[in-house]
Amino acid sequence: MSAPVDLNIDHVAKLARIALTPEERAQFARQLGDVLASIEQLKRVDVSGVEPTAHAFPVSNVWAEDVPQPSLSAEAALRNAPAQRDHMVVVPKVVE
Amino acid sequence: MADELIFKPVAELAALLDAKKISAVELTQAVVARTQAVEPQVRAFNSFDQADALAQAAASDARRSAGQGRGPLDGIPVGIKDVISVAGQPLTASSKMLANFVSPYDATVTEKLRNAGAVVWGRLNLDEFAMGSSTENSAFGATRNPWDLTRVPGGSSGGSAAALAAGEAIATLGSDTGGSIRQPAALCGVVGLKPTYGLVSRYGLIAFASSLDQIGPFARTVEDAAIVLGAIAGHDERDSTSFKTEIPDYRTELKQRNGPWRIGIPKEYFGAGLDPEVAAAVEKAIAFYRAQGCEIKQVSLPHTEHGVSVYYIIATAECSSNLSRYDGIRYGHRAKQAKDVVDLYFQSRAEGFGPEVKRRIILGTYVLSSGYYDAYYLRAQKVRTLIRQDFLNAFREVDVLLTPTSPTPAFKAGEKADPLAMYLCDIYTIGVNLAGLPGVSVPCGFSSGGLPIGLQLIGQPFKEAELLAIAHAYEQAHNWKDRHPTL
Amino acid sequence: MNYEAVIGLEVHVQVKTRSKIFARVATGYGSPPNTLTDPVVLALPGTLPVMNKAALDAIIKTGLMLGCEIAPVCKWDRKNYFYPDSPKNYQISQYDQPICLGGAVEIELPGPARNIMGEHKKIPLTRIHLEEDVGKLNHGATDSLVDYNRAGTPLMEIVSEPAMHTAEEAFAYLTSLRQTIIYGGISDCDMEKGQLRCDANISIRPVGETKLGTKVELKNLNSISFVRDGIAHEIKRQLAVVAAGGTLVQETRDYDGQTGASQSLRSKEMAHDYRYFPDPDLMPVKVDDAWKARIRAECPELPFDKQRRFFEQYQLPYTLTSVLVPDHALSDYFEEAVKLGGKPQAVGNWIVNDLLRELGLAQLGYSAQIMRDSKRLTEEQITETGTFFSRKSEHPSLANIKIRPAHIAALVGLVEAGTVLNQAAKEIFTEMFTTGEMPDAIAEKRGLKATPTDSNELEQWCRESIAANAEALAEFKAGKDSAINAFKGPVMKAAKGKANPKLVDETLRRLLAGM
Repeated sequence: MSAPVDLNIDHVAKLARIALTPEERAQFARQLGDVLASIEQLKRVDVSGVEPTAHAFPVSNVWAEDVPQPSLSAEAALRNAPAQRDHMVVVPKVVE
Repeated sequence: MADELIFKPVAELAALLDAKKISAVELTQAVVARTQAVEPQVRAFNSFDQADALAQAAASDARRSAGQGRGPLDGIPVGIKDVISVAGQPLTASSKMLANFVSPYDATVTEKLRNAGAVVWGRLNLDEFAMGSSTENSAFGATRNPWDLTRVPGGSSGGSAAALAAGEAIATLGSDTGGSIRQPAALCGVVGLKPTYGLVSRYGLIAFASSLDQIGPFARTVEDAAIVLGAIAGHDERDSTSFKTEIPDYRTELKQRNGPWRIGIPKEYFGAGLDPEVAAAVEKAIAFYRAQGCEIKQVSLPHTEHGVSVYYIIATAECSSNLSRYDGIRYGHRAKQAKDVVDLYFQSRAEGFGPEVKRRIILGTYVLSSGYYDAYYLRAQKVRTLIRQDFLNAFREVDVLLTPTSPTPAFKAGEKADPLAMYLCDIYTIGVNLAGLPGVSVPCGFSSGGLPIGLQLIGQPFKEAELLAIAHAYEQAHNWKDRHPTL
Repeated sequence: MNYEAVIGLEVHVQVKTRSKIFARVATGYGSPPNTLTDPVVLALPGTLPVMNKAALDAIIKTGLMLGCEIAPVCKWDRKNYFYPDSPKNYQISQYDQPICLGGAVEIELPGPARNIMGEHKKIPLTRIHLEEDVGKLNHGATDSLVDYNRAGTPLMEIVSEPAMHTAEEAFAYLTSLRQTIIYGGISDCDMEKGQLRCDANISIRPVGETKLGTKVELKNLNSISFVRDGIAHEIKRQLAVVAAGGTLVQETRDYDGQTGASQSLRSKEMAHDYRYFPDPDLMPVKVDDAWKARIRAECPELPFDKQRRFFEQYQLPYTLTSVLVPDHALSDYFEEAVKLGGKPQAVGNWIVNDLLRELGLAQLGYSAQIMRDSKRLTEEQITETGTFFSRKSEHPSLANIKIRPAHIAALVGLVEAGTVLNQAAKEIFTEMFTTGEMPDAIAEKRGLKATPTDSNELEQWCRESIAANAEALAEFKAGKDSAINAFKGPVMKAAKGKANPKLVDETLRRLLAGM
């Protein structure tokens, strides 16, 4: 199946923050092109006047009262952190 | 004795435990021993903690001795899919991304199982982040089908289905986004239930597609599924999408509901691609219900053909956002050689995610991206409404829908290399998730090659009691559940 | 060609709730790093958001106070972007269905002099929506450190129409908005703590043109005066670019309040594509009339409405209202004292001049004491408990000082009745402030009452004084009015200086008239 879809895989992979190898890039472009081509059939469906479904059983106003529960300790909060210092998560310097 | 124990249903084991004929420690030991014996072949577990399980079993025995037993699940080892959080245990989603992650909290279902006295047992393998239909997409190796080790157990909850079929647990939990409980249940010859969306809390379940995901049980019998469902269902204030509804005693209800029922056969589920042996087995089940006095009615779900497309737009869109948190910053895999923080994202995610996960994130990112939202995501949500309408229309005429669970029995490992071919495995199960309905897969026979075949029953929202009663009626008249794989 | 500037402000305000917007862990400022988190805030695998009812109440209140239309239904959307301070790498926000639409902020521009009221205007609002705050990055030399304490704090984004034209208007807008929000008890709006943050969209266009010019977004305006200075600077910069024949580019600029300069944030990052979509983990919000009515009942009178009422009801001058009104507690204190019988203008004067002075001194003294105390604490004690910041309840404030409205009303009454003289009243005030004793008791105890209290005795002293000075009496009778002063000295001497001069004067005149 050829892909009639303008999938700019480099742009999308950038948005998704995933580095692709040249092989992955070529393979994904082809595979996703196929998937998107098969999805094209949806354009045939008449959806005029149809409301989108965001939730299968929508209810409204689901909330909790404003009552705080105990915090995790800093140690527990950072237990799985790949790098930490002074009870904070270390990341490479962020250039704004 | 041990072999007999591990294949007994919860209901029977509970009676033995209550009568002090066996102890929870003995039962757990039997399960541990079986796991150690067959795991090299089946590879259903990512990890298990036998000391922890035996300690839980000992506590259960102490409760029973003190007259404080908590019901049928007290002392029963229940395996947990490795996307459901258990405090102090690894939570990996079968991904390199979370290979070393230890969760500090219990999922609501885990907490509920503990409250019911169950022995929380093992971390069961899956397709990475629940994306797949064969449990081949696991960073820690594929799980095999206990009925034929050259074949897949289905997925994504393949570890949950295979472990149960192989006697490595008495019941297990899985999660189902597009068929991830029902399809592996069918392929492994066990019962698998996806509850109505909102019946079981998702708090503590690693999200794949939030509007579709639901946790549910794998069990040897429909009655066992009813017992586990009763333990895990119910409103949870930590999950805004969990529904406030009365939870009946599903087990008691099984016996109180006797039909006859009106059963709908959606014609779109019996078309091209359906394996003739599967078709034949399902036809026999239809014949059984007809013989029981049920009204069999052909119905139409005209938008069925769009199910897979709608599913792959909605599920990938949601997953692209849900999986953004896996960035190597606060937890998870962090690339060693990143130049700066932006590069850290690119490299960590490139190294941490497997190919199917990357594919789906990219697809989902694309369908949400500027200029495409209306054409893909919004349109898919509208077609989702039509698919849901199809089901609700059908339910004006019938009580339940009956279909095959999977188009084919278990396929060979490595057979479906093309993602699109793999996506079509879910063709009969996806509609249930899109409509938020409950669906159960029940064994309904074996192929000539000795592979299990499953029957799917689809119920009305929050009518699990009725759905399970209809499945139970079939199961009671057949003995498929008495066969076990030889390992 | 003449140009005009067009300014719109985007103001982020942290809502003062006890717990976070989607997680039940405490909010707060100044806690040790990563001690206000839970699995939800950290976006650990499997966690889910649950709305905070109080945050919704607060934004509805803000909307009602500012005359917004409250949407009957609104929903939550995910704004997807990667940044290390954002735990989920998406922010839960409201995209196309904000909870508040329209509305306006009434502002007052500077008057011709400090004591003269300036022109009032209404700046229309586009929308207000609710979202979650992010964590905080601390930049080091070679790496950055992330603290998630702030992550998940409820944040309102208040967006104005591009309807302001000068830095002064923007300043007045922000001042008024801040006051209104503080009035509603919605936020403390402390810019130093990041509770209120402001970005400005600025463009220029030829006067008469209706289309907007090229927009520059100015960021990091982190104090109210930086907002004014930053905008003024940017308008000047844009005019200079155009005057030099240059073209303005759409960009984001960072204003440095210290140097007064701005620089372009040349986006190294990729073009934004936030991929908004409805958050499937959260349900929509429906606001019915009953909910709105309940919140409306909690809305306070707006500051400018109160000022107008103070003019009318109490005939207060602008100079007093402009001090009393902006502080909700102070204006309540004033009204309480008036209700207890104090004459409004006198009460106002005591509060604005004396009470605020004494309070200011007490606060300074307290801070100095704390600094002395803190030197005796170990470093560990300080960081562990957040010591002196947590001693807030002891910090002198209108709420905990000993002098209450009843004291002011009583003092004004005493002065009015001539029972104490102005100089004595000042002394009494200082003592009341320290001890909390009632003015009458202080006056009594310290002998500060005007004497004599008995009018017969005063009359007696006056008669004696007149009798002793025939010369002055003759002068007075001859029509020299100032001769009366000669009688006052001996009377004052007899009263040991504590006679009420007005009363002495009256008594002398009465007696002289009969002679």
